[in-house]
This record gives sequence, structure tokens and C-alpha cells, in this order.
Amino acid sequence: MHTSSTLVLVLAVFAACLVEMVEALTIVVAAGVSRGWRSALEGAAVAALVLGGLVVVVGVPLIRYVPIDALRVVVGALLLVLGLQWLRKAILRSAGHVALHDEDAIFAETVAELGHDGGGRPGNGRDSIGFAVAFKGVFLEGTEVVLIVISLGAAQHRLGLAAIAAAVAVLLVAVAGLVVSRQLSEVPENTIKTIVGVMLSSFGVFWVGEGAGVHWPGSDLAIPVLAVFFAVAYFAFTAFMRTKLPQPAPRVETMPEAAP
Amino acid sequence: MSAMAAVGRALRAFGRFWRDFVIGDTPELALATAAVVGLAFLLAGNRVAGVVVLPLTTAGFLLLSAWRGRRRAPGL
Repeated sequence: MHTSSTLVLVLAVFAACLVEMVEALTIVVAAGVSRGWRSALEGAAVAALVLGGLVVVVGVPLIRYVPIDALRVVVGALLLVLGLQWLRKAILRSAGHVALHDEDAIFAETVAELGHDGGGRPGNGRDSIGFAVAFKGVFLEGTEVVLIVISLGAAQHRLGLAAIAAAVAVLLVAVAGLVVSRQLSEVPENTIKTIVGVMLSSFGVFWVGEGAGVHWPGSDLAIPVLAVFFAVAYFAFTAFMRTKLPQPAPRVETMPEAAP
Repeated sequence: MSAMAAVGRALRAFGRFWRDFVIGDTPELALATAAVVGLAFLLAGNRVAGVVVLPLTTAGFLLLSAWRGRRRAPGL
């Protein structure tokens, strides 16, 4: 296994986890602010434990019992579909066809919704709504990360390394959350999403080909080459899609009324 | 019976999760992935074709999908 593909694996998992956890943090902080920190943090911690358990329960048997070529085709297909979805979203956002993800709006919306749930702010006591919202936020956002960790880790037999990269990203976001005690709207989410999309698509095409028997020149070194190809495609497609934005309707000049 | 119903609900939820995850609102990307997998097996013996065709096919589907998701002028 080349160092380059290991590095790409770590970066892909780390960046994917970073993006998803920033979204989760927004929800956890909103739950903490409006329903009390104790329940919100407990909900987030339980969700993180469940997600970690999923990695072990699903990932380890995959590595041990599924033939590597079959695993690579399935995992490659999974990574490819996920990577293409992220890249598509990034292209449409960068080109202006879709609005950028707005963490501030999500934060305000979540706080408003939780405020309407009644019961007032419970302070430091246990609150089932705060727990459930934080749990759901972390679990749903984390599911994609778990899939990426298991897929990339299993295909390269580096499940431990992938899990560590994800855990470091979770810790980093948690620390940042404590420091700013607020949503991380300044994180360039679309840029990170683009990088992850490029990496997942590269891994996806590589593993599908490798599992099916395609011989890539340079073996694992083909992964960075594929990453460059998809990055170029991203920039080219974004520039092209920018030219296809609908033009604003021309302003109709009205004749000024004649003075009496 | 209630246990069976619970298992059925869980299986349906599991199926829905994977359908939303893989297909969602971009069925063309699921199709792209299937096409790339099919092409990979077809071209497995050919050293050059697989290496060139797989990334190009993927990029082609990506452009198609982005085009499908573009914002259109009202009335179009």
C-alpha cells in the first residue's frame, strides 16, 4: 500500500467527518442553548458511541469474511455514488444554481423550533427533547461518516486508521465548538465538500476498476492522478454551469407621465 | 405478531435508508455508478480502455447530473 493512497484515505475521512460534524455541532449547540447543555451533550455522546459501535460491528466482519475483490467493487460503488452526489452539490452551489449551506439559518431555525416545544428552558436538568434532538443530529450526520470510514477502511484494510482520522476530526470540531460555543458558520463547507467529493470519486472509480480486474498504471499511484482529473472536471463543470445561470428578466422602462 | 411487525418496520426503514442514500433525488448518479461497474467488468482485460473510459464515463454522468439540477429561468 503506497503512502500516497494512505494519505488520501486519511484526508478523505478527516475532511468528510469535519464537514458532517460541523453540521451536527450546529444542532447540538442549538439544543444546548435552548434546552440545556447536559441533555444536549449526553445525546451527542451517546450518538457518537453508537456510531463507533457501528464501525466495529459492521466493519470488522467485512474485512475478515468478505473476499477483497468483491468488497472493493461494492465499496467502490458506494464511494462513487456518494462522491458524485457531493461533487454535484458542490458544483451547483459554486456555480450559483443552489444556495450555499447556511449554518446560521439552521441554528436560528433549530433554536426557534425547540423554543416552541414548550416546557421552557430546563437549565442543567435532564431534558428528553434536548437529548433526542442532539442524538438525532449527531447520528444522522454521522451515518454518512460511518459509511465512509467503513468503506475506505475496509477496502484498504485500514479500518483502524480510518476510524482514528474520523475520531480526530470529531474531537477537533468538539473543541472548536467549546471554544466558540456557537455554530461554525465560518468553515468553508463547500470547499471541504468539494475536496471530499473529489477524493471519494477517485477512490470509487479506482476500487471499482481494481475489484473488477482493471490494471491501473502505477497501481495505487493512480488515485492521486484520478483526484487531479476529478478536480479539473469540477472546475471545468462549475465554470460551464456558471454560464447557464438564468438571466434576470430585463427591466421594462415605463414612460414618465406627461406633465399636465 | 408484534415482533414480526416490528421487524417488518425495521426492514422497510432499512430499505428506505439505502434507497434514499443511493438513489435519492439523483437517480442518474446511481445509474452512473452501475454503468461504471458494468464497464469495469467489460473492460477488465483491456489495460488502456478501462483506465481511460471509467473516469471519462464518470465525469460525463457528473456533468449530466449537474445539468439536470440547474436553476432554470421561470417558464422553462
